[in-house]
Amino acid sequence: MNSLYRTMMFVPGNAPAKLTKAEIYGADCVIFDLEDAVSVKEKDAARDLVRTFLSTYRPDCRVGIRVNAQDTPYYEEDVKAMVPLKPDFLRLPKSETAKNMRDLDTFMTKCEEKAGIPVGTVKIVATIETALGVQNAFEVATASKRIIGIGLGAEDFRTDMRMTRSEDGQEILYARNRISLAAHAAGVMPLDYVYSNFKNTEGFIADVKFGKMLGFTCKSVIHPSQVPLVHSVYDPTDKEVEHAKQVLAVYDEAMKKGSGVIALNGKMIDMPMVTRAKAVLEYAKASGKEI
Amino acid sequence: MKLIKAAMAGTLESSDVMVTVEPAEDLTIDLESNVAQQFGDSIKATALKVAKEMSITGASIRLIDHGALDCTIRARIETAIKRALKEEVQ
Repeated sequence: MNSLYRTMMFVPGNAPAKLTKAEIYGADCVIFDLEDAVSVKEKDAARDLVRTFLSTYRPDCRVGIRVNAQDTPYYEEDVKAMVPLKPDFLRLPKSETAKNMRDLDTFMTKCEEKAGIPVGTVKIVATIETALGVQNAFEVATASKRIIGIGLGAEDFRTDMRMTRSEDGQEILYARNRISLAAHAAGVMPLDYVYSNFKNTEGFIADVKFGKMLGFTCKSVIHPSQVPLVHSVYDPTDKEVEHAKQVLAVYDEAMKKGSGVIALNGKMIDMPMVTRAKAVLEYAKASGKEI
Repeated sequence: MKLIKAAMAGTLESSDVMVTVEPAEDLTIDLESNVAQQFGDSIKATALKVAKEMSITGASIRLIDHGALDCTIRARIETAIKRALKEEVQ
């Protein structure tokens, strides 16, 4: 299993065929969905199915579970049933305030204690889907030590904002920017939104590239065909890997010599470039490239 | 424990099993499956085990299996029984 979260692929929690095959598409993380992908009448069935599945089999990738929102009658049962399975994280829809996150944290602590697993084992990913949530993005991201990432739920956000939907997502640019900024400021992962028109490959790739430019390090996806496309955008090219290696070699040499000013091919190397070079190599290593 | 009403869970899709449970005096299992020859006994044993784990002493359990894994069979039976134990909300 690699250490990256380039792709989080949603898998309907009540579809046995999809559940059992989820890991074969190569996503860094699968999210078993108890929320939008499950009809109201089948919430109990999805919960039972995900529980029995994860009790007997653990996919060879990160595993998250999207529970139902706190204002629904399914939330408590979802959290109670899912925490003992020790997924990597629970993904909470409609995360709007720091209180939402603290309440979930407290409840998860009770569930962990009851299940006899170390407190803090299961992390949280917050999905921000409202104007209030975007406004509070930093507070949401810093409300609990369990939080490892925040992302935008674009469709609900558009509805809440009464926006008109565009194919290239111009209307959600500010929200994406703000969530990326808040995530980086809080030191958690910025997760880019779901591009739901999975048949529009060209539009999807452009969208992933744009998200990467905005600082996102992960894309939520809803179709297996989107997984390799995201990885191809996020994976460093051979040229980028070579450049990163050169930057780090020059930097290490300068550190040994105690040099103050470092340069590569006539260009000064500063700390942000070193940090980026390290990140490039980390991505390259995790994606299986020879370093 | 006895069921208070009939209930269903699961679907007829591939890799799933449709489970119907009805109140009955004894515990009986009826299975329809393309793989009944190879796995019939194992599927019935799972159904019986789940029912007993849930303290069900009387129920008629009918399974229409379309290649479900053991964890799916367990889940669908659990859901059907829980539904059959629930009072109707008026």
